[in-house]
Amino acid sequence: MALLEVKNLGISFGGLRAVDEFNLSIEKGELYGLIGPNGAGKTTVFNMLTGIYKPTDGMIYLDGKNITGKKTADINKAGVARTFQNIRLFGDQSVLDNVKIGLHNSYEYGTFTGVFRLPKYFATEKKMDERALEILSVFGLDKEAKVLASNLPYGKQRQLEIARALATNPKLLLLDEPAAGMNPNETQDLMDTIALIRKEFGVTILLIEHDMKLVSGICEKLTVLNFGRVLASGETSTVLNDPEVIKAYLGE
Amino acid sequence: MKKLNGSTKKLISSIAVILVLYIVMSTMQATGNLSSLMSGLLVPVCAYALVAIGLNLCVGYLGELSLGHAGFMCVGAFTSAFFSKTFQNEIPDVPRFILALVIGTFFAALFGFLIAIPVLRLSGDYLAIVTLAFGEIIKNVINVLYVGRDASGFHFSLKDMMSLNMDFDGVVLVNGAQGITGTPRQSTFTISVLLLILALVVTHNFVNSRTGRAVKAIRDNQIAAETVGLPITKYKLIAFTISAAIAGVGGVLYAHNINSLTATTNNFGYNMSIMILVYVVLGGIGNFSGSVVATVVLTMLPEMLRGLSTYRMLIYSIVLIGLMLFNWAPGILKFREEHGLTTKQLLDKFKKKKEVQ
Repeated sequence: MALLEVKNLGISFGGLRAVDEFNLSIEKGELYGLIGPNGAGKTTVFNMLTGIYKPTDGMIYLDGKNITGKKTADINKAGVARTFQNIRLFGDQSVLDNVKIGLHNSYEYGTFTGVFRLPKYFATEKKMDERALEILSVFGLDKEAKVLASNLPYGKQRQLEIARALATNPKLLLLDEPAAGMNPNETQDLMDTIALIRKEFGVTILLIEHDMKLVSGICEKLTVLNFGRVLASGETSTVLNDPEVIKAYLGE
Repeated sequence: MKKLNGSTKKLISSIAVILVLYIVMSTMQATGNLSSLMSGLLVPVCAYALVAIGLNLCVGYLGELSLGHAGFMCVGAFTSAFFSKTFQNEIPDVPRFILALVIGTFFAALFGFLIAIPVLRLSGDYLAIVTLAFGEIIKNVINVLYVGRDASGFHFSLKDMMSLNMDFDGVVLVNGAQGITGTPRQSTFTISVLLLILALVVTHNFVNSRTGRAVKAIRDNQIAAETVGLPITKYKLIAFTISAAIAGVGGVLYAHNINSLTATTNNFGYNMSIMILVYVVLGGIGNFSGSVVATVVLTMLPEMLRGLSTYRMLIYSIVLIGLMLFNWAPGILKFREEHGLTTKQLLDKFKKKKEVQ
């Protein structure tokens, strides 16, 4: 059974049909790409998958469980984490704390314990620090743990966002244009990072991307969206050679 | 010893400063060197500082502007004063005051919680307006509330004293616009300072705990907070309730420091809410010790300017504007940075000097 199964997903904003009849099936461990011209509805699909938008029709199943229309926080607990096209970090907090917020649901102690610093507070905080540093070290960010997130350079902010998403221990990681605004070197680093996190965290990845070099370099399968509808879907090489896809991207 | 991080160091040094001030003030009071005006201000200053700490939690960490914190202070004040007066002859002093503290705090927290449920669906200006209205409602309800007690139990009325229909020997506990009179005056300077320090420790620990991090995350970016699995409403409610509870403690201290507790615009209305907000903003949003400093300075200042009679409030407002510019105006901030006059640079200089000596 597929890890993520999306059936006939659709959403309307007033009279505008932003996404229609969207189908997607991702197997465990796959690296899947979602591409399409600007305004095709890719981010809208992400927003529906993570519960930020409630779909008008269709179903979303994660590991066989129906997560359609659930609350964003609950969908995350079910195993979906994401990053954003425009980076959304907790800018006023340290790099370490950003990851610790990602660990929020994995380590528990109550407000009372925290306010009165009972022994459990120290024990849990120590474990959280260790785990957070472990995740940060995968990205080589452990040296910057004390830096404010908003003071990090752009490329590292993108990596921190991925680290934070991974801290929630997801089964499925959604990356929204991870290479946006990166130069070729940074993009290469990013491709290495993605390969590394697949190995380290065993996570399935769905990513939106415009950079064709990145897409053709790492994605195993692709779905192409155009005007809210699936234009083509399948193995990367087949899809990228589809005349319809070339037409949508380059024009006739 | 374990290495302390920056915020813990700051907490310890501000507690030390408060303790030094406390010792100075109490010695002056004991030796009769403190004017009656000043010694009368000691407890109210602590009470206002507590409310400011509570509001700072709401403004600085929850990121929502509340103009109703005088209302929570009012709830804490009246519930605790009502309790103290009712059981004045039945429970000994010390346990009664402790219970009054617990009750005042509890009711302020309860009101905070109940208000927060609808209010936290709003944000920004709308939230501020609704909390402002809430504070006014509390004040006005208390102004028409009559409660009496006789042998057959409690009597309530929202009309006047006569409609309480009490027996001849009944006692009026809450007398409408005249409020509660004869509350035992138990708020001492010592208790106030202890509670102030406790509030500083609690808020410091709170914002540095798992819950506090979640609250800050929601403030920084709500959508991102949701996508990492944080239940938004729960943490907003917790933060707002704690904030209201701390304001309630301030109310309890305030109520047990005066003979006649009334709810007027100046002590529990929007005037007070705005005053407290001024303390928070000038002390630094998100900076609890700063709130305390600002409260102390800005409460003492108008009293010291009393000699100037009519011009008092004029000078006071000029000082406020000056402080605001000094703290926030971008041009002045740049100037301070260039000339080594930011708080951080000054502190560093001070530290270096100490090292040299």
